[in-house]
Amino acid sequence: MSERRGAVGVEEVHPEGVAPDGGAGEEEGPRFTLPAPVEHMFTELGRFFLMLWRTLVWTVRPPYDWRQLLRQMVKVGVQSVPVITLTTLFTGAVMALQTFTTLRRFHAESYVGSLVALSMVRELSAVLGGLVVAGRSGSAMGAELGTMRVTEQIDALEVMATDPIHYLVVPRVWATTVMLPLLVMLGNALGVLGGYLVSVVLMGANPVAYSENTFKFMDLNDLTSGLIKAAVFGLLIAVIGCQKGFYTTGGAEGVGRSTTSAVVTASIAILISDFFLTKLLF
Amino acid sequence: MPAASDTESDRSAGPDTVPGLGDAALERGGRTADGAGGTLTVRLRDLHKSFGSKKVLTGIDLDVRTGESLVVIGASGTGKSVLLKHIIGLMKPDRGLVEVDGIDVNALGYRDITRFRRRFGMAFQEGALFDSMNVRENVAFPLRRQSKLPLSEIYERVDGCLELVKLEGIGDKMPSELSGGMRRRVGFARAIALEPEIVLFDEPTTGLDPVTTAQIDEVILELLGRLDSTAITITHDMTSAFRIADRIGMLHEGKIIALAPPDEFRHLDDPRVQQFIRGEPDGPLANGGGTDRRRAAGASAEGKGSA
Repeated sequence: MSERRGAVGVEEVHPEGVAPDGGAGEEEGPRFTLPAPVEHMFTELGRFFLMLWRTLVWTVRPPYDWRQLLRQMVKVGVQSVPVITLTTLFTGAVMALQTFTTLRRFHAESYVGSLVALSMVRELSAVLGGLVVAGRSGSAMGAELGTMRVTEQIDALEVMATDPIHYLVVPRVWATTVMLPLLVMLGNALGVLGGYLVSVVLMGANPVAYSENTFKFMDLNDLTSGLIKAAVFGLLIAVIGCQKGFYTTGGAEGVGRSTTSAVVTASIAILISDFFLTKLLF
Repeated sequence: MPAASDTESDRSAGPDTVPGLGDAALERGGRTADGAGGTLTVRLRDLHKSFGSKKVLTGIDLDVRTGESLVVIGASGTGKSVLLKHIIGLMKPDRGLVEVDGIDVNALGYRDITRFRRRFGMAFQEGALFDSMNVRENVAFPLRRQSKLPLSEIYERVDGCLELVKLEGIGDKMPSELSGGMRRRVGFARAIALEPEIVLFDEPTTGLDPVTTAQIDEVILELLGRLDSTAITITHDMTSAFRIADRIGMLHEGKIIALAPPDEFRHLDDPRVQQFIRGEPDGPLANGGGTDRRRAAGASAEGKGSA
């Protein structure tokens, strides 16, 4: 892994682009090498845990940059409200539409409220919210840090005795970890509202019975587990987004690659970790 | 696999401080504390650095004296930036010594290197200004992070730095609104905001027109005159090098192959130096080996002809 980092370092820190070819390499004996995709996977995993560790270490070290944290909370949280609103409101509405017509066949329309609410609170708000924020903020982090890397702004930070993890990554990670659960709470409410509007206004369900059934089978654990999931997803999105940006190489094309990779990797991480979190929490 | 690390980020795994190394040694005002000129400021010995199979530095020996302006020239891709980043501890060598005022840069732990860097100012090739901040905030950044000055005094100093680089009144502009030359000068202002002892200039005039290049050179000379700092500049612009250097060193194939004051350097016998100064395509420099290319092309044509 360290050797791979070395190769990466060429482009990271040497804008003149020292190509790895043409050098009079030393003769080396036979050695064990991993297949490239496996090595790549371990490299990325190593970088992820290194980034996570350094973020945690720097979190407790002063100075605490509250201004940066608040700025990121606005960017990740407040500015994501419109897209989260639309996503969860319509997801709740579609769920109600689908389940209402299905359950009507069994005269079980009264359970639509419970079904929509539980699905939203336990699962859908967190996962959909996570995917939306990964697309919106994770990509932005990958692009922003990637651009800063290729234009030497990250080097400039280090030269000015400012740790880039402390200054750039810590506020982004904690802003996303805190704001995603809040967005998910909003999403829960809007998802339930979407289901209510479709069932009551469109399908003519009894509003009192619907409201009663909505919360009948729900307990606090359903809510907290959804929020815990959201916090974990937030952490994953930000660490992966920052990691991809931080290790960007290769100019504009590299920034594009990092941005795409930040979204794809974070989305996959959300879906995989969702399975294990569900198994753990319920 | 080799355990060598390439970026400073790996320092966090190391010790935070070097035993026996006092705070004063890391942060002292070297140019006055160390006394007369001629005292070694930067000492590089047998510096080696490779990236994969590509050997970039293959045994650099170089001394930079207090208060002098050293310019390192060399073709693109010869490792000039790599050399500069070793001096400031952004990269670690595979082998060799980087010493600044008796401090072994590579032995410094994370906290020490952070304090050590306060003695440096570095102006990057394209300025490396923070896109999200305006010019004033960019120049104020090192002062806000590293000094305990009140805000009013910080902005006073920022205006002073901008005046030094002849960019008064542009504090509210964003980096995207500036020309290439202006961005670099703002980068200079930021680099000198803390009045560093050693200023590093990474290709300060590359890609600029001759007039702007001359203006940038003038700014560099004025800055060095006023600050009395040591300067290390890397460039492949010979006009600029002759204008601003006290000594010029040439980097080729990972080594310093020539080092002399400008007048002497101009008349060195080394054909590689002469080819570089004159910018000729034919000569012994491998990358500009027009003669070799022509010979190869001729041989190939002959081969085809005989076939």
